[in-house]
Amino acid sequence: MDLQWLIKIATENAPMFIRGAEVTLFISMIGTIIGSVIGMLIGVIRTIPVPERGVKKVVIKIINVILSIYIEFFRGTPMIVQAMVIYYGSAMAFGIDMDRTYAAIFIVSINTGAYMSEIVRGGIVSIDKGQFEAAHAIGMNHLQTMFNVVIPQVIRNILPATGNEFVINIKDTSVLSVISVSELFFTTKSIAGNNFRYFESFFVACVIYFIMTFTVTRILRYIEHKIDGPEDYIMYANQMQVETPEDMLRRINNNNGNI
Amino acid sequence: MEKVIDIQHLSKSFGAHEVLKDIDFSVSKGEVVCIIGSSGSGKSTLLRCVNLLEKPSGGQIIYHGKNILNDEHDPVEYRAKLGMVFQQFNLFNNHNVLGNCTVGQIKVLKRSKEEAKKTAMKYLQVVGMEAFVNAKPKQLSGGQKQRVAIARALSMEPEVMLFDEPTSALDPEMVGEVLIVMKSLAESGLTMLVVTHEMAFAEEVADRVVFMDKGVIAEEGTPVQIFNNPTQERTKEFLKRTLKKI
Repeated sequence: MDLQWLIKIATENAPMFIRGAEVTLFISMIGTIIGSVIGMLIGVIRTIPVPERGVKKVVIKIINVILSIYIEFFRGTPMIVQAMVIYYGSAMAFGIDMDRTYAAIFIVSINTGAYMSEIVRGGIVSIDKGQFEAAHAIGMNHLQTMFNVVIPQVIRNILPATGNEFVINIKDTSVLSVISVSELFFTTKSIAGNNFRYFESFFVACVIYFIMTFTVTRILRYIEHKIDGPEDYIMYANQMQVETPEDMLRRINNNNGNI
Repeated sequence: MEKVIDIQHLSKSFGAHEVLKDIDFSVSKGEVVCIIGSSGSGKSTLLRCVNLLEKPSGGQIIYHGKNILNDEHDPVEYRAKLGMVFQQFNLFNNHNVLGNCTVGQIKVLKRSKEEAKKTAMKYLQVVGMEAFVNAKPKQLSGGQKQRVAIARALSMEPEVMLFDEPTSALDPEMVGEVLIVMKSLAESGLTMLVVTHEMAFAEEVADRVVFMDKGVIAEEGTPVQIFNNPTQERTKEFLKRTLKKI
């Protein structure tokens, strides 16, 4: 390894590396967000209580079967193959000419959605039964219960798993180079193709990938902390709405007349 | 007096196990009814059936003259008319104290935010928890949680309040604060249906005491009748066991 080469490649190709990293981060971020939304919706649909009889039961059964097929199919086939089938396949078989970036986001989203729906289902199952009962007892229906009580708690609980998906997506977008999306792996390949310094070029890519994934995990850890909030409750620390006239007087006195 | 809830021939089985057998029982407006009995006698199941958290296997629940077990009746609307307080509190963990008391009003009763907040503050004052509006459930003690749970149920301004062993999961020293709140509610004329192991509370506060044993109502009457002159052998047996001094 030649340090001079390394620096030379990194500086000379900096715009290309950064452009590639941007595309990678963009695709994986949008893909993770859309995938999480898909997973959340599927999780809510799959936990709808099935009535004992009637048309509703049949409809829910059919929807569940369709969703199961979706999940099993996308979890059970490699993303690189899905990319080929969806991008080139749809172009050849149906004549649909997709934009590469949109195709990439689409592939990453539905893939993440398949994984996330199972994570969300696990998250919903893990919520205490009492939360559902309390929500039902004050008259909420399934959707109200889900969106006001259960899902906010599920989001907190599945945040680590979601972060995991995000990190996996940052790395796995590299397979999208097969459909020539100009993400980090693809651009590095062309840089290396120009200078024939494969080791140094891909070493730079390695470092960039690591910086991205590491930053993302740190940020998510911070968000987890923020959501959890403090363990103890500080009385009267942020209680303006319950301030009594006596409190107000005391506060004014303490501040020597300045409110 | 006007009957709010009238239960006729109610039964409930879990598989082959029959938990409630042909229960006839009613609650009138303004009445405080305490249900006592040993564990497994079906008293919690009865309360959960009244709230439709458990679907009864047979019988009728008449609410203001309408059978709410009919298929065309909307259980969601009916449930909003009943307030429920659980043994395990079941406060919504993602909401703070105020949010717990307002979310139902806003989403189910479609009240405005300000109105919901005003109502919530009114009932939080009733239970003495108005200083904790921004606290999260995990920051509260058991007794405080249960008082918030009571305020949450009251905020929906229900016709009947159901209490499912509200003090059974509390430390002994916290039982008192919850019972005081419940007693003041009873005195304010609220219709209450209370499943409890607190015999002293039942004796003092109840208008009527129902003793359940093995899925049937063994005896019911005024507290004086039940606690001083029980007629049934199993009532005597149960009271001897629970009131026994150590």
